[in-house]
Amino acid sequence: MEHIRMPKVEHVRLVDRSSSRRTQVGTLYLTATHTIFVGKGSEDRNDLWVLHSLVCNVVKHKASQSGYPLLIICKNFQVIRFIIPQESDCHDVYISLSRLSRPEKYEELYCFSFNPNVDKAEREHSWDFLDLKAEYSRMGLPNKLWHVNPINREYRVCDTYPADLFVPKSVTLPVIVGSSKFRSRGRFPTLSYYCKENHATICRSSQPLSGFSARCLEDEQMLQAIMKSNPGSRFMYVVDTRPKLNAMANRAAGKGYENEDNYCNIKFQFIGIENIHVMRNSQQKLIEVSALHSPSMGEFLTGLENSDWLRHIKSIMEAGLFISKAVAEEGVSVLVHCSDGWDRTAQVCSVASVLLDPYYRTLKGLMVLIEKDWVSFGHMFSHRCGHLIGEAKEVSPVIDQFLECVWQLMEQFPCAFEYNEKFLISIHIHIYSCHYGNFICNSQKERKDLCIKEKAHSVWLHLWEKKLDFMNPLFKPDQSQNQGLLRPSTAPYCFKYWRRLYNRFDRELHPRQSELDCLMTVKEETQKLEEELALYEGVKLNFSKSGVLDSKQALWSLPLDTSLANTPQDYIGGAPNVFTLQQGERESAELCLFGDQTKSSDADNSDQESGVADFSSHSSGEESLPSEDSVKDPDSDETGPNRA
Amino acid sequence: MELSEHIKTANVEDVTLRRPFHPALRGTLCVTSHHLLFSDRKDEASWQLLILLKNIDAIEKSVENLFGYPRAVGSSGTITIKCKDLLVLQLEIPGMEECLNIASSIEALSSLESVTEMYPFFYRPSHLTLNGPWGLSSTEQYYKQTERLWDRWRVSTLNSDYSVCPSYPSAVIMPREVDDDKLIRSARFRQGGRFPVLSYCHHRNGMVIMRSSQPLTGANKKRCKEDELLLQAVIDGSELGYIIDLRSAQQAQQARMTGGGFESKSFYSHWKRIHRHHERGKVVQESLIKLVEACSDPSHSVDRWLSKLENSKWLSHVHSALSTAGLVVECVERDGHSVLVHGSEGTDNTLLVSSLAQLILDPASRTVTGFLCLLEREWIQAGHPFQQRCAHSAYSHARLKQECPIFLLLLDCVWQVWRQFPLALEFSEALLLRLAQEVYASNYGTFLCNSEQERCAAGVKENTHCLFQSLLRPDIEEQYLNPLYEPTDLAIWPSVHPQSLQLWTGLFLRWTEYAQNMEEAREEVWSIVKEHHEQAGPDRTNNTLSTHCDTLTPFENLMDELTIL
Repeated sequence: MEHIRMPKVEHVRLVDRSSSRRTQVGTLYLTATHTIFVGKGSEDRNDLWVLHSLVCNVVKHKASQSGYPLLIICKNFQVIRFIIPQESDCHDVYISLSRLSRPEKYEELYCFSFNPNVDKAEREHSWDFLDLKAEYSRMGLPNKLWHVNPINREYRVCDTYPADLFVPKSVTLPVIVGSSKFRSRGRFPTLSYYCKENHATICRSSQPLSGFSARCLEDEQMLQAIMKSNPGSRFMYVVDTRPKLNAMANRAAGKGYENEDNYCNIKFQFIGIENIHVMRNSQQKLIEVSALHSPSMGEFLTGLENSDWLRHIKSIMEAGLFISKAVAEEGVSVLVHCSDGWDRTAQVCSVASVLLDPYYRTLKGLMVLIEKDWVSFGHMFSHRCGHLIGEAKEVSPVIDQFLECVWQLMEQFPCAFEYNEKFLISIHIHIYSCHYGNFICNSQKERKDLCIKEKAHSVWLHLWEKKLDFMNPLFKPDQSQNQGLLRPSTAPYCFKYWRRLYNRFDRELHPRQSELDCLMTVKEETQKLEEELALYEGVKLNFSKSGVLDSKQALWSLPLDTSLANTPQDYIGGAPNVFTLQQGERESAELCLFGDQTKSSDADNSDQESGVADFSSHSSGEESLPSEDSVKDPDSDETGPNRA
Repeated sequence: MELSEHIKTANVEDVTLRRPFHPALRGTLCVTSHHLLFSDRKDEASWQLLILLKNIDAIEKSVENLFGYPRAVGSSGTITIKCKDLLVLQLEIPGMEECLNIASSIEALSSLESVTEMYPFFYRPSHLTLNGPWGLSSTEQYYKQTERLWDRWRVSTLNSDYSVCPSYPSAVIMPREVDDDKLIRSARFRQGGRFPVLSYCHHRNGMVIMRSSQPLTGANKKRCKEDELLLQAVIDGSELGYIIDLRSAQQAQQARMTGGGFESKSFYSHWKRIHRHHERGKVVQESLIKLVEACSDPSHSVDRWLSKLENSKWLSHVHSALSTAGLVVECVERDGHSVLVHGSEGTDNTLLVSSLAQLILDPASRTVTGFLCLLEREWIQAGHPFQQRCAHSAYSHARLKQECPIFLLLLDCVWQVWRQFPLALEFSEALLLRLAQEVYASNYGTFLCNSEQERCAAGVKENTHCLFQSLLRPDIEEQYLNPLYEPTDLAIWPSVHPQSLQLWTGLFLRWTEYAQNMEEAREEVWSIVKEHHEQAGPDRTNNTLSTHCDTLTPFENLMDELTIL
């Protein structure tokens, strides 16, 4: 609380991103955990609550005539724009929020103060909801070739790995220790996924410390043992997910990649996925494109292209596809690594798993996969998501890219996934919000040291309880093409811009009617009807069939928001930077275009005002044509959306 | 010359056919006057491929003549057939001479110019008869159905012999107070005689959408009193109407140098002119060519794909069309003004914008019948020159003449509206795809010729079958229905943000693996709805679905949860 210099500011204006004319006046409150905006007067009052831990950046803009703009940029890509009347208030809010949104210690994070009013048993139950041991036994482990080695129980061999690790039974402790010493951060090769059907595995590690010529007998034995644990195969793949140039550069620092000559029966392969810094910059560019105000088609597509984002997604997908094909089609085991083995390696292993195993295309399966490949294997969530104030260079949207790969697959295979994109977006938010304890810290050891499980709650049970919202009505688990390996096309046109994630808060951009929701309702109704029918037939009630149905029908009549379908869009190409208030007022009387005589009562009627603004600003601009017309031609095509 | 004289080799055995995503097949190839027929050799359950020659946009042939021997063992040829529905096929034909013969037959027979030689004049399926009414709608019928018009508007038959405007139908709807003499003068003042006619009357407020061609003001700023009076009569005392000119102000200004022009403010004082630039003709055709080219190579990098997609400008055209249609709807629905739409000739973008505006405004045009009637009135009877515009599609190497895929652009825009309002249209994507195919090559006479006058002269109605009527036969119509259809009376305003517009994968990636997964999804939607119907019983189905009309945007609930944690 000591960071809050200004707990309450009145007469603050909340400005809509898509239309500067659509504003709401109200009061701004700062609490220890949230920024709260309470709109004044309007009936459909919609309070806005923003978690401090979800705030990515706070920006003050140059003063305008109406006040002092303050932008709150959130990690879920929401941008909130306030205009505060007094400069000093604005500054105080800015200073307070800047501090509140950049916690220095884990203890400041919201998950430690979040108290959903449940007892200890329930909290523990939330953590027990997912059990990785059960997941490994689902895969068929341990078996006669693989077992859990207790060597890392105290996190002594590798402090970023989980305590329980699967290695081949044939591997001795000295081999593990030796191999771990030859790998960055001690991350020796260990199992990530096991394919019951053909015994092929996906293993993961960090890069070897091979430099230009170093070798390590134990590491070589380790790989040999992994290869041998897949009795059917005569070789294994070693996939370095980095671009070759990066891997070579690492050799100068005593790191590098496996020399095919030193390891028996390996096939070495580079897959050029760029590093976290490239990805961070790429996403930044993508966000800028998504936030463009009324871009032309050309600007948008060029921006999308220049961000390189979809190129990176494609490279991750191709890497996952390569590995999943090696496992499923060739029956060959794969060792995957990058530099440290917690970013690109996690991405590629988990994408490959989704492609390989239909289980990961179910709700619980995806949760388990994230828990296993990301949380337990030490993806540095705190660094990558910027939970605490720290190195900006460590932040990178690595997990965003994984979620997006899953989304791209859902677009290609609409019937193959049990969950829908809301599920992915909810996971995305919870990864960044620090609302639950799952994604705090950088490793299992850190979480244990912080006693996260005793102090915070797990998100997975919470999401599971809401699973009805996350179901894909088109899911067809029994369809043959949805059972085994998914073979996505990696043709460039299969990679699309994820509008729901990046423009989630720009409501006017999304379809007005939801096919998904409609189908879900229809499905639920069908199910209810079946149950009703069974019930009534059993009890032999004397209701006629139609009587039953009528009573049901009333239940289904949901309140409907019809105004949404009837919301006009900005067809004029609003560009608020050319808009000035005086012009708008002066000209609107004369033009009387889409003026105030409107009778439409929908929430978006300020759009038409921006329409006036644009027309007037154009027409009051330079007159390009010597026309005999008394009123200038609104030459809107010059700045309109169709200039492209 | 008889058509059959083009056929030098009618049959070839041992031909190998390659199609995308299917194993190669061997069989017999046969060329007839209007078709290419391939049938594989298995006797029972033989598989056949029948392609209308008119559907073939381009063919490429390559012959290998090993060792220079004619008819040597290795002599063979490959013909690549690129269809107007974007399918690409390969035929390996043994024998160089046969290959060349087949290729030249296809080339000659796929580019017939005479309408009466085209296949619709020979198509005689047993279940259809030629007697009986042709088409679904007419100007008179539209007038009869639209009660709001009866008071102030009338049907004029001044064009019954097509002498006033050769590209208009025989009947048009005009204000009562303007007599035919005035219309004739107005027609003389408009390019191609396309004087302002009523296209749509809004059921809510009686405001109308008119369309015409540009006025012939010329460099001397000529005026036409009758044309001014006609437009004055349209708005009938209300304060203001809008003229949506589908050219930039500069282009409209330049048009005066070649005899065209625009409605000057001083003579049309109650009309406010708004200029919106739309590309036309060759530019749009080239745009289609570039887009199809970009879609045809799956090995491109993402960067290259996006830059080619951008460079094709196709989505920009979609964007312009939907934005201008949205603007028209704003004028009519929200601000209660009548609108006149025109570009230059008034036969292309004008029809695109006015029909899209109707789809957005008018619930009646969102049913299968309503949509087909809209196409019939606003495109076929309104004189869109289909024969010229659709002579070639994206693959042709022929020099461009009058080709322009404006109708395809319309279908794409309708598809975008359907994506944004998946419950609002009674028809499905399948209907749009069928139309996209039929407009280029068809068994039916619907899209033949360039105007009613030409169709009359060629005897289209007497000698061909009507596509729209056949689409409405109950057994056929079912496959074009949207299972989730839920009528809404509201205007359906589409979003025109670039983020909201997508590539129409169903059309442009139709022959890729991508489309196959989508097909599975479509079937699943049907089966969910059908299962529901079975449970609820036939009389209940409409009601249960209707409880879900105009659903919330799906993320509303999520948003509440997350912002108020």
